[in-house]
Amino acid sequence: MAVSSLDFEKPLAELEEQISELESAEPESPEDETRLAERLDRSRVKLEGLRNELYGNLTAWQRVQIARHPARPHALDYIGAMFTDWSELHGDRQFGDDQAVVTGLARFAGEPVAVIGQQKGCDTKDNIHRNFAMMHPEGYRKAMRVMRLAEKFDMPLVILIDTPGAYPGIGAEERGQGEAIARNIMEMSTLRTPIVCTVIGEGASGGALGIGVGDRLLMMQYAWYCVISPEGCATIAWKDVAKAPAAAEALRLTAADLDELGIVDEIIAEPLGGAHRDTKAATSALKVALTRHLGELKNLPTDEMLELRFRKYRDVGQVAKP
Amino acid sequence: MAWFKKEKYTTLKRAKQKTKVPPGLVVRCPACMERVLKKTWDDALHVCLHCGHHDRLGAWERIEQLLDAGSFEEHDGSLGSGDPLEFRDTKPYSARLEAACEATGLNEGVVCGIGAVEGRRISISVMDVNFIGGSMGSVVGEKIARSIERGIELGLPVLIVCGSGGARMQEGILSLMQMAKTSACAARLAEAGLPLVTLLTDPTTGGVTASFAMLGDVIIAEPNALIGFAGPKVIEGTIKQILPAGFQRSEFMSEHGFVDIVSRRADLRPTLTNIFSILMHAREAAPRSAAPKPSTGKLALDATPSRV
Repeated sequence: MAVSSLDFEKPLAELEEQISELESAEPESPEDETRLAERLDRSRVKLEGLRNELYGNLTAWQRVQIARHPARPHALDYIGAMFTDWSELHGDRQFGDDQAVVTGLARFAGEPVAVIGQQKGCDTKDNIHRNFAMMHPEGYRKAMRVMRLAEKFDMPLVILIDTPGAYPGIGAEERGQGEAIARNIMEMSTLRTPIVCTVIGEGASGGALGIGVGDRLLMMQYAWYCVISPEGCATIAWKDVAKAPAAAEALRLTAADLDELGIVDEIIAEPLGGAHRDTKAATSALKVALTRHLGELKNLPTDEMLELRFRKYRDVGQVAKP
Repeated sequence: MAWFKKEKYTTLKRAKQKTKVPPGLVVRCPACMERVLKKTWDDALHVCLHCGHHDRLGAWERIEQLLDAGSFEEHDGSLGSGDPLEFRDTKPYSARLEAACEATGLNEGVVCGIGAVEGRRISISVMDVNFIGGSMGSVVGEKIARSIERGIELGLPVLIVCGSGGARMQEGILSLMQMAKTSACAARLAEAGLPLVTLLTDPTTGGVTASFAMLGDVIIAEPNALIGFAGPKVIEGTIKQILPAGFQRSEFMSEHGFVDIVSRRADLRPTLTNIFSILMHAREAAPRSAAPKPSTGKLALDATPSRV
């Protein structure tokens, strides 16, 4: 998958292509070499300018596309890069093992943690295996099982959110998708261990919130989080899925929007153009933030932490008197 | 050609009527189209005597039917919504709000307060599906949260009558967070050892199902109400199949273990009375010093007094 593969990245992709052609060109004479070097320099300066211009003025819809970029690092990429001694755990002990969510135990800077992450696939086959990170009820119950484990053995929870929504299917309804999400939301509000949630890509609605209640909410710079997907909103409001860009704008779903609305605790800066352009940099930025937040929470007495967690959700929303 | 034209006229299509009951002496059941006298319809609590259809009720109609006459005292009735996102699609959210207030006579999509069922006081919230689909935005979430807290403060059981398409899209992430707000309050109610009973009416879907609706200690549903997380259209769009009849209806949800009791509207008052009376028994019978015993999830057997 090319890195600059999104529609609005076309001018970038063309320029990058040009540069890589120039880079692989064999100069025939010293004069030729100088000319080539000059052209390369010019193109690189142009590329830099174009990148700054493009990524400095992204629309909400473009951000949504970056959040969905197939080359973007997914939960297991972050897990592999940030934790040691990763030991994946499987199954909800009731029905099955939802592959749309990975759960497990690991160490973070030497300290034990429990980890939950919605997992997208890296290609079509993998995506089908992962159900495009759309969880079933058994996925939410699997996550809850690991949350209880974290509480029991006094480990903080690191949760990575990346889902286009909870799966809307017959089996999911039969097994109580609503109940599974509701139960998680309620129990997470009183779970007696620190919880740090990070939206690494897409945070769509109850599917995200079902593993998303915690002491801290972090968001990667190009992630989005909302009550409905832009497509869902466009279908309801305009009866036309092609209006998704307008819906994305209206919904105020970007990290910066959520910061303004007071929902997000920290935005993690991504490399220009998205985490996939420099996964290492993105990972280390997230790691730094997690270290700080986990450290702060560790120093809070549990009851105080739970009271603050309660207030965080109790006080959210805007109420006016007519 | 004449016979051809005639054929066209003989094709009768029954016009689909709106679920809204028209004013007048005679009412048509929106499900079976049968004619019923308005008085009979009202006496039957807006349930069709012919087909058993439970018609949707406005919040105040529900309150009037469910609670003892004159017992209801509204709280937070003046709270109304702002427009935090300055959201607009085909028209501005603020205009939608205004139209909804006008059409329903409500300030928002839920009416909350204290009332009594057969003499027992409860803290009650009643959602109104006519107000922007009964959707939950900041104010609906806030009012339900307060209603739960009122239950804790006054030591009353809490009843939430659900009727909602889910979280309100026009308030974006703030609506989503109301699911967390109301559920966190439900957790506190559980810690206080007070019952939460939810009554699911047609329709109860989306973010309301995925929060307090499914968190009732006892979950009651009216017959044939649509109850689910994803809407049927969304599911059909995903699986590219027509859903079987009865899918996501109360009886289906009960069969799959997510609804305790499917109760006809006429039976709701005695059903609720019995449930509240049994669930509140230990708390009310125990001597004051022994109560309350929060969050153990066990019956306080030692505190049970001798039977009268």
